[in-house]
Amino acid sequence: MAKGLTAKHSGMTTRRTLVALLLLAVLAAAPHFPPMLTDVPAALILPLSDWVGSGLNWIAREAQIGGVAVADITRAMAAGAEAPINALKILLADGWVTGAGFNKTQVAPPLSWLGVTLATALLSYRISGRGLAFLTLGAGVYLAAFGLWTSAMTTLASVLLCVVTALGIGLAVGIWSYRSARTETVVRAILNVMQTVPIFSYLLPTLLLFGYGPSAALFATVVYALPPMVHATVLALRAVPQETLELARMTGCTRAQMLRKVELPVAVPRLAIGLNQVVMMTLNMVIIASMIGAGGLGYDVLRALRRLDFGAGFEAGMGIVALAVVLDRLTQAAAEAQSTGRHGLWRRRDTLLALGVIAGTTTLSFAIPALADWPKAAVVTTAPFWNAAVSFINQEFYGPLEALRTFALLKIMNPFRDLLLALPWALLVAGAALAGQALGGPRTAATTAALALFIVVTGYWDPAMGSVYLTALAVALALVLGVPLGIWVSARPRLHEPVRLVLDTLQTLPTLVYLLPAVMLFRNGDFSALIAVVSYAIAPAVRYGMAGMAHVPPERVEAAAMSGCTSWQTFRHVRLPSALPTLILGVNQTVMMALSMLVIAALVGTRELGQEVYTSLARGETGPGIVAGLCVACIALIADALLKSAATSAGRREGGAHA
Amino acid sequence: MKLTTKAALSALALALAQPALAFEPESDDTINVMVADWSSMLVHSEILNIILSTYGYDVEKVVADDSARYPGFESGDLTIALETWQTTQDAAFTASVATGKVLDMGELGPQAKEDWWYPSYMKEQCPGLPDWKALRDCAEAFSSPETAPKGRYLSGPVSWGGFDEERVAALDLPFEVVHAGTDAAMFAELKAAYERKAPIMLWVYKPHWAPSVYDGEFVEFPKYEPACYEDPSWGPNPNAKYDCGKPEGWIKKMAWAGGEEKWPCAYDIVRNFTMEGDEVGQLVYEVDVEGRSVEDVAMEWATENEARWREWASCAND
Repeated sequence: MAKGLTAKHSGMTTRRTLVALLLLAVLAAAPHFPPMLTDVPAALILPLSDWVGSGLNWIAREAQIGGVAVADITRAMAAGAEAPINALKILLADGWVTGAGFNKTQVAPPLSWLGVTLATALLSYRISGRGLAFLTLGAGVYLAAFGLWTSAMTTLASVLLCVVTALGIGLAVGIWSYRSARTETVVRAILNVMQTVPIFSYLLPTLLLFGYGPSAALFATVVYALPPMVHATVLALRAVPQETLELARMTGCTRAQMLRKVELPVAVPRLAIGLNQVVMMTLNMVIIASMIGAGGLGYDVLRALRRLDFGAGFEAGMGIVALAVVLDRLTQAAAEAQSTGRHGLWRRRDTLLALGVIAGTTTLSFAIPALADWPKAAVVTTAPFWNAAVSFINQEFYGPLEALRTFALLKIMNPFRDLLLALPWALLVAGAALAGQALGGPRTAATTAALALFIVVTGYWDPAMGSVYLTALAVALALVLGVPLGIWVSARPRLHEPVRLVLDTLQTLPTLVYLLPAVMLFRNGDFSALIAVVSYAIAPAVRYGMAGMAHVPPERVEAAAMSGCTSWQTFRHVRLPSALPTLILGVNQTVMMALSMLVIAALVGTRELGQEVYTSLARGETGPGIVAGLCVACIALIADALLKSAATSAGRREGGAHA
Repeated sequence: MKLTTKAALSALALALAQPALAFEPESDDTINVMVADWSSMLVHSEILNIILSTYGYDVEKVVADDSARYPGFESGDLTIALETWQTTQDAAFTASVATGKVLDMGELGPQAKEDWWYPSYMKEQCPGLPDWKALRDCAEAFSSPETAPKGRYLSGPVSWGGFDEERVAALDLPFEVVHAGTDAAMFAELKAAYERKAPIMLWVYKPHWAPSVYDGEFVEFPKYEPACYEDPSWGPNPNAKYDCGKPEGWIKKMAWAGGEEKWPCAYDIVRNFTMEGDEVGQLVYEVDVEGRSVEDVAMEWATENEARWREWASCAND
């Protein structure tokens, strides 16, 4: 036994030494590389942007299916999608309005804010309990008192439709993938691209096909939020225990019955995670949706920031957070109730009560306008305070902050960037392939090499290096700050709920809200961009730090305690290695999140792929935006392949070593 | 009791509104008014929306990006835009009108100017301003640690164009051009620097709220002529183009050519729609500095200036 282990161990060591020697040899040869391998030669670059641009324009303007123009089909779809959104908007936000301009009259007000808040609070109380009910009441009063109710309801109308659509399509595609392995491979590849290409890349084609307005925003949001739902559905259905399925078969269920009455109900807890991600990502998209005409709270944020009213932007942003938290907690509570078999929480008398409250307050609002529209005179705002605070920090602390920024830029960031740009591209492609080989084998090596070569061929190598350097630094910072914090929090259960709330806020509060004050202090450029990316990427780092530690098998911890380990030794030799596969997946997620922030970071003046995407959107060029977006996807997929291989081998080692 | 009074009043208001609907729009098709994301365009477009809607036209406001608009107009997806700035859209606009699918609807009224701008307190550190030649000696005054010894000039987002890199090279200015990510990010830096009386040189444009809130001046470059951007021999540098300031000039209205037959009276209204520069500045101030909503400011303008815009719409009053 021992000899076998030693032989295997020494075999691995030999292989590792060989790889290391190979890398050193390549590095040593690097200065002698011919120029063709150092700077990407023009001959290698394909005019992909032009091809993609022409292709898309053709689809949008001339393509036809069976005599009907594609553009007409998509516009019809857009109109169809807008109908429910408009209906919800009439009901919740605008009321029934006839005429326009000087002839505009409101025939009926929207549902009263008080009624809607109370009804939702009742729902929360029944499904979850007093805590959520208070949260709902607080959120409703916050939105009304700060003058955000109408915008919030406009946003809610789009969000509800997005969530329902993403849920429905996600479930359908997930079930289909679960049933057919071939579908799953195809779907998985498509989803990977969908998740890693920045939204701004396909925003312009979406606008071309669907026209401007809430339906384009709906389409873009559903594309963005779909992948986690599909993944969660497949995983959830796979996790249904075999015995349950056999029982269903034995009792004579048809396929459909099995799905509806057995598989789906059992899968609900894991499906709930997918639903949570859908809600979070939909609310994440709110601000981008308002850039293409969806209106609502996102638009309020943008307008406030354009006139540098950070306080107002912050308040509107917190409105988005409030909606996100209430929606998320409600759907989670509903899923949990469903899976623990608590039925009959909401009875018919509750429906009557809720409808009665809504109808009553709305009718009253004809007499008391304050119930329909929180009176303008009573609107609360804390904006002056926040603006004064930002100005104060700007004036008092600028010196040390500027010193920090200068140090970071001149000593760490710019040198790293210059290094990456100076390295020969052939070396980096070879390095990626070697890493793939070392971590996963020939297939991984081939994948990473192909992806890296794609970037070379598009002509976006230099911007790609800019993205890699920024992402690498941001991920390193996020991990260094986030994982230890997550591990520390995981040992203190009372902090779990508050920390989760802070993380949810970080992920749904529009980044621009705190980014523009950061620009005031740190100016346009890579340092502010780094802050933007780290602030978003730190959330998964903390979450996985917490989760990793939670999955340590208790028997091992007991075994360690019994053999006399100190708590540090237990941590170092038992908890950490067990958590390693989960932690590596956490690194993977952190990298994905960091890459998805690149386009937002471009809004504060970077010079990399995110900037290429953003500029092409502003210039109305579809081709470069999509190709640059595909390069971002390639970087993401390379990182994903390498890290997943690392996680698998770590998991195997863990399981193997303790066999 | 209150309910019935309210209902009666609404009915009365509707009845009184009838005379204004004596004009029937020539077509029920939607007029798509383009809005881009700066305040003056938002206010103008909302005012136009109010006017056209009052006469029964079906109007929809469509958000589009400044440079991305031309395919939309040429295909008829976008109908009317009230602002096209000569400073950045000169070539693109002229080319689009030349296709015959887009109409030049005349000038809106205000003059557009955008160029290098500095706060007044910088004049002490760089005497000789606003003359552009003074910049040759002032690199250090405007420098920042990462651009030293060169000065730092904050230009607009890359998509705005502007040829600032070429300008710096052609005029031999010891400055480095840094691009802001967005309009808001650019002005955030101005606000920060102004509060601390710190050096800054950036791209500012009028009409905009910034020049009315912050005290400062435009740098005076050699005055733009089309030859400057095309002919190297023009200007202080005989071997380079772009050795002058940015174009100043008109803000024009544009429209889809096909709409002229569909909604002739609406197009008349648009041609008559004009405003003074100061008037626009005031509207922009209300929205951006006072923080009032675009709809409120537009409705207030429409109420106060009803006689004026009823005259623009003389074709509808016949």
